[in-house]
Amino acid sequence: MKIRVKIERRETPISTPHIDIFEVDVDETANVISVLMEIRKNPVTVDGRKVSPVAFECSCLEEVCGACTMNINNRARQACSALVKELGKEISLAPLRKFPIIRDLVVDRRKIFEGLRRIKGWIPIDGTHGMGPGPKVSEKVQRIGYKLSRCMSCGVCMESCPQVNDRSNFIGPAVIAQALLFNLHPTGAMIKEDRYEALMEEGGIGECGNAQNCVKSCPKQLPLTYSIGKLNRDTLIYSIKKLLES
Amino acid sequence: MNKNCDIIVVGGGLAGLMATIVACENNLKVKLFTLLPAKRSHSVCAQGGINASLNIKGEGDSPDKHFYETIYGGDFLANQPPVKDMCYNAPEIVYLLDRMGVMFNRTPEGFLDFRRFGGTKYHRTAFAGATTGQQILYALDEQVRRYEYHGLVEKYTGWEFLRAVIDEEGYARGIVAGNINSLDIEVFPADAVIMATGGCGMIFGKSTNSAICTGSPNAILFEQGAKYANGEFIQVHPTAIAGNDKLRLISESVRGEGGRIWTYKDGKPWYFLEEKYPAYGNLVPRDIASREIFHVCVDLGLGIDGKNQVYLDVTHLDEDFLEYKLGGVLEIYEKFMGENPKKVPMRVFPAVHYTMGGLWVDYNQMTNIKGLFAAGECEYQYHGANRLGANSLLSCIHGGMVAGKKVFEYAKSLTKCSDDVPSKVYEQHKQTVVAKFEQYKKMEGKENPYKLHQELGETMTENVTVVRHNKKLLQTLDKLKEFRERFKNIDVLDRSGNANYSLFFVNQLRGMIELAMVITKGALLRDESRGSHYKPEFPKRDDERFLKTTIATYQ
Repeated sequence: MKIRVKIERRETPISTPHIDIFEVDVDETANVISVLMEIRKNPVTVDGRKVSPVAFECSCLEEVCGACTMNINNRARQACSALVKELGKEISLAPLRKFPIIRDLVVDRRKIFEGLRRIKGWIPIDGTHGMGPGPKVSEKVQRIGYKLSRCMSCGVCMESCPQVNDRSNFIGPAVIAQALLFNLHPTGAMIKEDRYEALMEEGGIGECGNAQNCVKSCPKQLPLTYSIGKLNRDTLIYSIKKLLES
Repeated sequence: MNKNCDIIVVGGGLAGLMATIVACENNLKVKLFTLLPAKRSHSVCAQGGINASLNIKGEGDSPDKHFYETIYGGDFLANQPPVKDMCYNAPEIVYLLDRMGVMFNRTPEGFLDFRRFGGTKYHRTAFAGATTGQQILYALDEQVRRYEYHGLVEKYTGWEFLRAVIDEEGYARGIVAGNINSLDIEVFPADAVIMATGGCGMIFGKSTNSAICTGSPNAILFEQGAKYANGEFIQVHPTAIAGNDKLRLISESVRGEGGRIWTYKDGKPWYFLEEKYPAYGNLVPRDIASREIFHVCVDLGLGIDGKNQVYLDVTHLDEDFLEYKLGGVLEIYEKFMGENPKKVPMRVFPAVHYTMGGLWVDYNQMTNIKGLFAAGECEYQYHGANRLGANSLLSCIHGGMVAGKKVFEYAKSLTKCSDDVPSKVYEQHKQTVVAKFEQYKKMEGKENPYKLHQELGETMTENVTVVRHNKKLLQTLDKLKEFRERFKNIDVLDRSGNANYSLFFVNQLRGMIELAMVITKGALLRDESRGSHYKPEFPKRDDERFLKTTIATYQ
């Protein structure tokens, strides 16, 4: 099956973008990653120009690592699980727009990890020495926690969120959902006030405009709007209590 | 030693992160080098779970039984004292992960739940849905983020290991690394180095491994004098989806619930496993299933549509039953193949899955180079000739823990620290790498590195996986020598000074060809069948001649 792939490319972060069009012959099981792999085996455009292989990130190729996220036919998703036969014979690829560009389809998503650091996204354990089992967790909490813990920091929710833009420093839905995950855990809850404080800072939960794009776009179906709603209430209660106690 | 020691950890999977955490607990400062953010490491792919004999279901399981099964499964090549330590440490490891907040499945009373896995009678495997590796990786990543917040960890994300700095007395004193985006090549001094760079499935082109599992750091260290042990032992899983970009695992549970393997012979369905092994049918042990499927496709040429694939068929089973029992697995198939496996039989083929061999290490996880440690899939000592299911996550974490502790003891015992090493030593090592990369940048030959890699993978998969014949192994060695020659005529494809991934790939490819030599030569010399290594010419285990570790050194 012959397909045409239009790729938005930049050699450096400040280069003016241009489009390279490739024609690739792939079989019916191909995904976008294998299309990119074919191109690097013969990086020649339809007009016969030999160009450099398209830069892209990928690792697990089974939609659990989040590395290969890009805009495919104008929708942010993982390239590994984007199948050619569902996309049609014309495919357009572009980098994520809400993150600094490195080259071609590669962007710098470091701000997601900085967000996780800001909200103290960890369980404060005493140490790794043997101390027996952890606190009991009910099956009900585990079920919510498990859903939240599948976030692969891919950036799709931020890409789809109108509040994540050049004029705001919104921490994004993914990081807020992780704050809820750690607050759910009995030990994690011991520093939940720190997380509330972080979420109440500029760029925190108050920036959410309730567009609800995040929950629709998340490839792992995380309960993102539920998490934001829950933490909205929690931070409100926390700030009222704090006011009363001061 | 008086000053605070600095160590380097290379690799952000389970082993590297665990080593980092333990080193930090001992007040060592850690520079953590990873190709991608740690959350994207290959540990994320592990699905099934992690073994720990907690005897939670009152079945009489014990660490001793776990120990015995691990040794037996590895056909007696694993190092027994460290394996015993690992099995005894396993319950505390699972408790630790539980304390770190891993969302393990729970019993209705709120205790950890355990499931059964291949090769054991006991419910020994703790699990978090079907994404245990992902959950554990994230938990460790979070703990490392905490140490980063407290200033003990400095992350170097997007830096690739390119060389160890070894001083005149033979001590590891740091590394040379390259930034894959800026292309800067820098030298980083340290008092000790822990390697945790995973397996090398990419040598086989397509495998169940992630695209980053090239084994390149191991190849580099091998050339620098590190011993490489048991290279020939590569685990092949019988059922994976044949993709264009990678081979995705389809769990054994599909056959456990009634899935049947077949292909066409003389125009009619041929259930070859059921026919040849009436007692076990489709549930023959992994190595046998892999061998039979390989035989049908490669030797008999009876693969579906003439390709290397057979059917794994569940279409005869009730749809509700399938949804309830196998929903998650079938969903992966549907997502990646775009076909509904409840209606159309799945197409599967054996796939390279795990690297049992790796850097030789002593019981302290130290390689033969002083101050250079290794943990996780990149070293060799816990799995012998074949790995037991759900032991990989365990060995990564246990090995990382041991490395983290031992690196502290080692650093404390040093009389000379990295600052005392003459700067020219560092400069020389850096220049060696810089020169190598300058040479790559000039390569304008006719060979496309990605095509050459594909050929390497095809050659290795055809000749050095499930069934091994000495004649073919010899031919493969010749072929690898030919690849070495053709490598000299490579085109680096990209002249850019920014995010030039082809340039780094050329370097990885070179390493893959060298490690392919080690794997193939090890397979050639081992005239017996043991664990994952099977030679029809020598179908039995030969303890008299081969109850020993293969050790490769570079000359």
